[in-house]
Amino acid sequence: MNNKYLLKLIDITVSFEGFLALNKLNLNLKKGELRAVIGPNGAGKTTFLDVITGKVKPTKGEVIFKGKSLVGRKEHKIARLGVGRKFQSPRIFENLTVKENLEISVSSPKSPLNLINKSIKDEQLNEIERLMKIINLAQKVDSKAGSLSHGQKQWLEIAMLVGQKPDLMLVDEPVAGLTDEETDLTADLLKSLSGENTVVVIDHDMEFIRRLDSNVSVLNQGTVLCEGTMETIQKDQKVIDVYLGRPED
Amino acid sequence: MEFKNLKLNKKTTFIVWVIIIAFIIAAPTILPVFRLNLLGRYLSLAIVALGVDLIWGFTGLLSLGQGIFFALGGYCAAMYLQITSSSEFPNNIPEFFGLYGVDNLPFFWEPFRSPIFSLFAIWVIPALVAGMLGFLVFRNRIKGVYFSILTQAALLVFFNLFNGQQKLINGTNGLKTDVTQLFGQMVGSEPMQRMFFWVTALLVIAAWFFAKWVVKGRFGNILIGIRDDEPRVRFTGYNPVIFKTIIFSIAGGLAGISGALYTVQSGIVSPQFMTVPFSIEMVIWVAVGGRGTLLGAILGAVFINYAKSLVSEALPASWMFIQGGLFILVVTALPEGVLGWIQGDGPRNLLQRFGLKRKIETYPSLEVNNKEGNNE
Repeated sequence: MNNKYLLKLIDITVSFEGFLALNKLNLNLKKGELRAVIGPNGAGKTTFLDVITGKVKPTKGEVIFKGKSLVGRKEHKIARLGVGRKFQSPRIFENLTVKENLEISVSSPKSPLNLINKSIKDEQLNEIERLMKIINLAQKVDSKAGSLSHGQKQWLEIAMLVGQKPDLMLVDEPVAGLTDEETDLTADLLKSLSGENTVVVIDHDMEFIRRLDSNVSVLNQGTVLCEGTMETIQKDQKVIDVYLGRPED
Repeated sequence: MEFKNLKLNKKTTFIVWVIIIAFIIAAPTILPVFRLNLLGRYLSLAIVALGVDLIWGFTGLLSLGQGIFFALGGYCAAMYLQITSSSEFPNNIPEFFGLYGVDNLPFFWEPFRSPIFSLFAIWVIPALVAGMLGFLVFRNRIKGVYFSILTQAALLVFFNLFNGQQKLINGTNGLKTDVTQLFGQMVGSEPMQRMFFWVTALLVIAAWFFAKWVVKGRFGNILIGIRDDEPRVRFTGYNPVIFKTIIFSIAGGLAGISGALYTVQSGIVSPQFMTVPFSIEMVIWVAVGGRGTLLGAILGAVFINYAKSLVSEALPASWMFIQGGLFILVVTALPEGVLGWIQGDGPRNLLQRFGLKRKIETYPSLEVNNKEGNNE
């Protein structure tokens, strides 16, 4: 049973001093799947990622990844098991260069001894070169990451995520603040990553989600309201009530 | 505090080193022994400052307790010197034990009869203590101000512990080294002091190379990553606890070496090495010299201390005001320290202010393409 799904969330409940950020959330992800997660503000989207990556310990419930429970494991251990995360606002190391940022992500093993003693492996350098081509930052290799534009930072962080070679990529609002063109490119990039990788994308941007052309889970008040293709969920009355039907500000 | 990463360019580093080395070589001939001895002491303080720069400037851990490790190194050196020079005293143990009626050497003194053990103890013991203390603190994810307060509290604990142990380590009086013997000569004698000066100078240079090696490359980048965004490092699969423990332990070891060299050149080690102001001063040297530059730590330690002794001789009691003023100046006007200011846009801005240089009208990053404007 466990082998069928890469990730299983079973009855996850997270309570912050009585407030239920997640309430009996169930979600299964197949290997190679691209899944979009949407939901209004406060629906628990980021907490959902925090639970998987070990930042928040669920009050109740189980997270099974590759047949192993993730609950109670440290963040870095979960990352090493193959869970990568991109944050909402680009979290890159601004004082390091683009190349140094990518080195941090592709280096393996991630032990201090390996990093201080040995120089980076050739295959890892090739991987960095490949990633820089994908994100079009090849001529910015030695620039400080802090000097990049917002869009470039977002892309660098996605490249760092890919460089980690995770089995599961959790991508939080990858297109916030990007231009339409960049948004389209990001959607294509994420689509091309799925198949080999399993990708979870969280976003508000409906156009972007539509372009991903994937299964969508709608979160509301800490639980999964509805799951299905974009067409199905757009017709679902519950979803329309809580989310889509809401007049835009 | 905002950290800006400063990689000193090769030219500046080279020029500064040429000046330092020329000065070190010239010092024994141009300086009287008294001044040379002071310079030697301050050079040894540069080593503890390098450690502070590693943990604070690079890793973002502001420790106010480096005096612990500094003093431990000093005590290790002094215990060796005292025990090997105690043959003419009653019971063949250091003289001070007689004052308290102690006839048998406390057990932990025994290994210090060995020169090899002592030579290792000087840096291994402080490094181990720092490692253990660091691991417990970092594992519990104590950071920022809490970390600083905790290290200061630990410093006070050690101070009181050492201060109260008359029967073990002569308590508040400390251990004297200047009248002890090393290689058949008195440690406080002129030839010995000259030798210590050379040893210190060489060790400062070695410590700089070592620190440089530690921070260069991926290990150093992880340290900077921990300083700027620790959770991100964690989610990338690194365990910050291990990295922080290692660097804190390295800084502890450097502090130990520094303390030992300082002890043999000042002639005494006492719990005064573990007073709160002294450990804070270490941080000031690095802040003034330039955080994250390594070289700035050396220059800061030597120049501030030398200035301190010169000013104190001329105008006693005014030094504290000057030091306080210096710190305020650095925090408000030169947040990257003197070296950081020189390396950054400081001199150009100053010239502009006096109308000696044309103002840059576009973004600095466009005009000077080897420097990146931080667009915040």
